[in-house]
Amino acid sequence: MSDENRDEVPGPNDAGRDPGRAPHTTAAPGSLPPEAIRAVPVRHYGRWAGAVVVLALLGLLVLAFAGADIEWSVVGTYLDHETIIRGALNTLWITLLAMLLGVGLGTLLAIMRLSGNPVLSAVAYGYIWFFRGTPVLVQLFLWFNLALIFPVLDLGFWSEDMNKVMTPFMAALLGLGLNEAAYMAEISRAGIQSVDRGQTEAAQALGMSGNRTMRRIVLPQAMRVIIPPTGNEFINMLKTSSLAYAIQYNELFLAGRTISSRTLAVMEMLVVVSVWYLLLTTIFSVGQYYLERHFARGTDHTPPPTPLQRLRRQLTSFRVRPDLPTPAGGGTGDAGTDNDGGDATARRDGGKG
Amino acid sequence: MTAPSNGTTGSDVMVRSEQVHKSFGLVPVLNGIDLTVRHGEVFCLVGPSGSGKSTFLRCINHLEKINAGRLYVDGQLVGYRQKGDKLYEMKEREVAFQRRDIGMVFQRFNLFPHMTALENVMEAPIQVKGERKADARARAEEMLTRVGLADRMRNYPAQLSGGQQQRVAIARALAMEPKLMLFDEPTSALDPELVGEVLDVMRGLAEEGMTMIVVTHEMGFAREVGDSLVFMDGGVVVESGHPREVLTNPRHERTQAFLSKVL
Ligand SMILES: Nc1ncnc2c1ncn2[C@@H]1O[C@H](COP(=O)(O)OP(=O)(O)OP(=O)(O)O)[C@@H](O)[C@H]1O
Ligand SMILES: [Mg+2]
Repeated sequence: MSDENRDEVPGPNDAGRDPGRAPHTTAAPGSLPPEAIRAVPVRHYGRWAGAVVVLALLGLLVLAFAGADIEWSVVGTYLDHETIIRGALNTLWITLLAMLLGVGLGTLLAIMRLSGNPVLSAVAYGYIWFFRGTPVLVQLFLWFNLALIFPVLDLGFWSEDMNKVMTPFMAALLGLGLNEAAYMAEISRAGIQSVDRGQTEAAQALGMSGNRTMRRIVLPQAMRVIIPPTGNEFINMLKTSSLAYAIQYNELFLAGRTISSRTLAVMEMLVVVSVWYLLLTTIFSVGQYYLERHFARGTDHTPPPTPLQRLRRQLTSFRVRPDLPTPAGGGTGDAGTDNDGGDATARRDGGKG
Repeated sequence: MTAPSNGTTGSDVMVRSEQVHKSFGLVPVLNGIDLTVRHGEVFCLVGPSGSGKSTFLRCINHLEKINAGRLYVDGQLVGYRQKGDKLYEMKEREVAFQRRDIGMVFQRFNLFPHMTALENVMEAPIQVKGERKADARARAEEMLTRVGLADRMRNYPAQLSGGQQQRVAIARALAMEPKLMLFDEPTSALDPELVGEVLDVMRGLAEEGMTMIVVTHEMGFAREVGDSLVFMDGGVVVESGHPREVLTNPRHERTQAFLSKVL
């Protein structure tokens, strides 16, 4: 087929446009790379002044804490205390489960809201209206006290004393998860609606069913829009789950309170708990970063390098990079400069140089 | 239309449209389209913007529902089942089943951006036909090679030029082994220097005997490759015939006015 030739043999018009052909293209004969610019950089006096002021204030803060009436050794001791660790694990656990419930139910609610079925759509709307309109703390207590109005949970084929079912864990899971579902529904809906209608049509024209189109084509693309706010929701959940201490769920904050009520080291335990929350939220922020990269595939030419990749690249380029581009054009970096540099493959090749 | 044909007459007929009407709300877009597309024919649809060409094409694979008339593909009513003199709407699954055999290529490509070229082509055979992954991959590679993209299979759509994307879209439709291909202005979104590579692929398909309905402004393509040409305006067929004849000797003045603008 004539098209193959077009691709196989780089014609004169192909050069430069097609990044895959970069090695074939050469700079116009005789033209040397221009001399690198060596100019005196702009001095940023304002920046220096700002930095000095802020550093001074930070120093004062550190001094104040050093002199504060707080037992840092107590903080150190309880940082890895068994009760605290168990609390942190419970926080992590309830966060994971509540988010799982929230994401699953939220996606379902979003699909219901967008469906052509007016009943499903209205029910989803009502759900979101209720769970977004009342405080989580109130919802937690509603679940926890359910036994007051339904002493027995009767599912027809199975019944049980409600007090046995609605443990602090169960109440926390339902309270946090069902509330989250309302928020996730709105996030998912925005994501699904962000996908071009042409995508659904292309899938349908290929004979794909509505369900499959949603699962294989729409949702994966919606993810790109859904993931960033979901990551924020996750991190929020790590912190919001501390409210479950009020219904006796033994999470991180309650663990801290338990110890401080015994030892009276109130501030110390609050610091311990804060350190743990920071640790957890930091870990998940990093995870979110990589997840976003994964779902960004195909959107940009290539996602930006991860910090690790950047570090590795910097280390290798220190070794390889010549001090200055020699006027004779030693061949370094040519691959990068010859084509427009707008393409990732070129950038990658140039970086490896 | 008298004597309602059931579409089964004349087995060489691929698409038969009888008095097809379509309106969006109160706005009529198709006002009684009558035409016949034969097996192996390259059938060109031309007409001014808004004349309903895309709408008609989308009716053929039931992306739009028609309001009146009958539309048959390969002898089968599109989107409906007829029992006695009653029509029953098809279920989603049945409509999807009909669409398997009808490939469609869009003006704006509509490739799946989260999949590589190869994955784009493999998707429907696996998901719709339940083919084994290895088989689907082998045929996807074959299709992509056929449209001249053997060295671009692992690229995402965003890494491909417009012409390359459109060729992937054609390969994606071909992977379902359709008996009919619909093209809706496949080269309109392309830079002029990329139009040729897509038309070449389409020309190759025509030579292999694929039945194609092509909405296009490429009169050169219509003249060279087309077997019939229909000029549409205001939701009706104004003039039809062999492309060379209609393009060089338009009988209707609306056709003349349109052609004088585009040629
Ligand atoms: N989904 C829709 N809802 C309402 N009106 C529509 C819809 N789709 C198309 N139309 C209208 O139907 C008419 C015909 O549109 P169509 O896209 O079929 O024209 P066309 O001949 O393909 O034009 P073009 O050459 O610009 O693509 C236009 O007036 C358009 O505004
Ligand atoms: Mg159109």
